[in-house]
Amino acid sequence: MRNRSAFWPALALMAPLVLFLAFAYAVPFLGVALWSVTLPEPGLGQYERLVGDPLVQSAFLRTFRICLIVTVIAVACAYAVTYVWVRGTRMQRRLIEICIFVPFWISLLTRAFGWLALLSTRGIVNTSLQALGLTDGPLALVRNEPSVIAGMVHVLIPFAVLPLASAMRTVDERMLLAARGMGASRLRIFWSVFLPLTLPGVIGATLIVFVFSLGFFVTPAILGGGRSIMVAELVYLRMFQSPDWGLGAAISVALVILVAGLMGLLARFARLGLTGGGR
Amino acid sequence: MSKRAVGLQVIGIGKSFGHFTALKDITLDIAPGEFLTLLGPSGSGKTTFLMVLAGFQAASEGRLLSDGVDITGSRAEDRSFGMVFQGYALFPHKSVAQNIAFPLQVRGIAREDIARRVDAIIARVGLAGHENKRPAQLSGGQQQRVALARALVFEPPVLLLDEPFSALDKHLRGRMQEEVARLHGEFGTTFVFVTHDQSEALSLSSRIAIFNHGRLLQVGAPRDIYERPSSRFVAEFLGEINLLPVGGIGHCARGTSGTFEDARLTAPRHDHLDGSAVLAVRPEHMSVSAEPPAEGNGVPARLVGTTYLGSAMRLAFATRSGTPLTVTLPSVAAGHILDRGPDFWVNWSFDNGFLLPEQS
Ligand SMILES: Nc1ncnc2c1ncn2[C@@H]1O[C@H](COP(=O)(O)OP(=O)(O)OP(=O)(O)O)[C@@H](O)[C@H]1O
Ligand SMILES: [Mg+2]
Repeated sequence: MRNRSAFWPALALMAPLVLFLAFAYAVPFLGVALWSVTLPEPGLGQYERLVGDPLVQSAFLRTFRICLIVTVIAVACAYAVTYVWVRGTRMQRRLIEICIFVPFWISLLTRAFGWLALLSTRGIVNTSLQALGLTDGPLALVRNEPSVIAGMVHVLIPFAVLPLASAMRTVDERMLLAARGMGASRLRIFWSVFLPLTLPGVIGATLIVFVFSLGFFVTPAILGGGRSIMVAELVYLRMFQSPDWGLGAAISVALVILVAGLMGLLARFARLGLTGGGR
Repeated sequence: MSKRAVGLQVIGIGKSFGHFTALKDITLDIAPGEFLTLLGPSGSGKTTFLMVLAGFQAASEGRLLSDGVDITGSRAEDRSFGMVFQGYALFPHKSVAQNIAFPLQVRGIAREDIARRVDAIIARVGLAGHENKRPAQLSGGQQQRVALARALVFEPPVLLLDEPFSALDKHLRGRMQEEVARLHGEFGTTFVFVTHDQSEALSLSSRIAIFNHGRLLQVGAPRDIYERPSSRFVAEFLGEINLLPVGGIGHCARGTSGTFEDARLTAPRHDHLDGSAVLAVRPEHMSVSAEPPAEGNGVPARLVGTTYLGSAMRLAFATRSGTPLTVTLPSVAAGHILDRGPDFWVNWSFDNGFLLPEQS
């Protein structure tokens, strides 16, 4: 009843946003979708290439592999960080806020170059290692997958912290006390009580991080140095370097469909969390 | 009595949160196998005391002994007292059987043993058929039973219960009270039980400890506390009571007496009073008559209101000086008194009143 009567006014209030999203995203995307079936000639030829082209396939596979690794590492790190943030002392909480949320406001580009400054051949790590006499020549720390992963994890951790924090905040302290009172060790309480109770947050964080990581462009482009190309970068190359707009468009459409599917999963999961995970 | 029940000796326990003193100098002996109820107004420190007993919070001062062994510094997981929390604190992601099995798994007990003991206690608390449900699928009373079973299954030496029935309706509450009393008898574990509900405290406990502002005011058997409260706070907190200010305290052959309005009222002897005091009488210990009583205490008073309570009737009187008096009479007895005029005598025997210091 209440929802119904509030529907139209709510829509009116949201209209500017909806219109903006329509013009800024939906219309251009439909244009891209159109290219994918018209350029260079009408037909599904570009989608056949998408499935057949080993280069495109390897980019997709590499993207999945990197994104999976990034997601696992980012969510695991975020879990530890969030645990301290939610349950730590005042000092620890302040420290985490500074370390996590201040970089959040710094541009992606700046952060990627920050990693370069740290890891490149004449970066801080290599010069220090050499100055200490630990290595003879510079180590290849950038332009490879590990550096892309490090950069992406760094960017994505804050996105995992928020859903994890909301899950951890709803854990009833008495449940942990009850477990302790029954003689459970801290490790046991964590594995059989705390972790299961925060699992909805872990799944939410995993989906969010994975979806975000799929579309990463700046970080892999700078830290990967063109060697380990991910899907978003491939789209860029097809669009702007080797004019092959049809294929670039088809890859974009495939990526959007994939992300939409994952978002659908996320929404479904969030709904489950609202109705079933309340207690 | 179970051989594992222990007695606790609480010696001068205090607990402060910053500048706030939540518990002050609590000294109390809890006998093995007894059913001790902690009763007191909200914020009086009952939960805090339970937390200190369980080891979830460290005492700021004082010592705690378990059968004479100092456990002040030992951790909650080593004390392993059973605890039923307000709101039960069941694990929502585990089934009834898994919840109950948890403390046994923690102890590394063999799988078959766990299954056997869980089955046995599920039958004992009347949860058969609900083993595989999640807590959210159970009624309030059933959740309560799971919490009790989970706390009792590992046969803890002490079971602590923090307002376990506060979320239940009155009918269910009564049934669960009986059940807890039965489980206490069967397990023989020492129970320390917190409640707001005085009738619950009176009917369940072997002893009651009254708390106020973080202090332990009085400990005793329910009957002693109800009939011989040591302070005005305890008298007023437990049930209804009439308080008559009396002056000119003096001792006589029958006890101690004092003057209220024009009447000289007598109560059992009380030696530690000076000048003035209050005379306390329970409403059910008073009777009403048209004439002054031949024996015992009597005060003239005017009937100002009546309340019908079913089996009993509550009569509200005011004395000449305006002091309110409440008398409860069985309904059958009250009927024919009320037909007469508004002026009566309110009477009680010398033994049924007791004197209390004016300030306490
Ligand atoms: N962790 C804490 N930090 C600061 N003050 C606390 C803390 N825990 C309890 N207190 C204070 O100690 C006092 C006693 O609290 P406690 O929970 O023991 O009361 P209670 O008798 O159980 O009350 P209720 O019947 O309402 O449950 C309260 O004034 C409370 O605010
Ligand atoms: Mg409490």
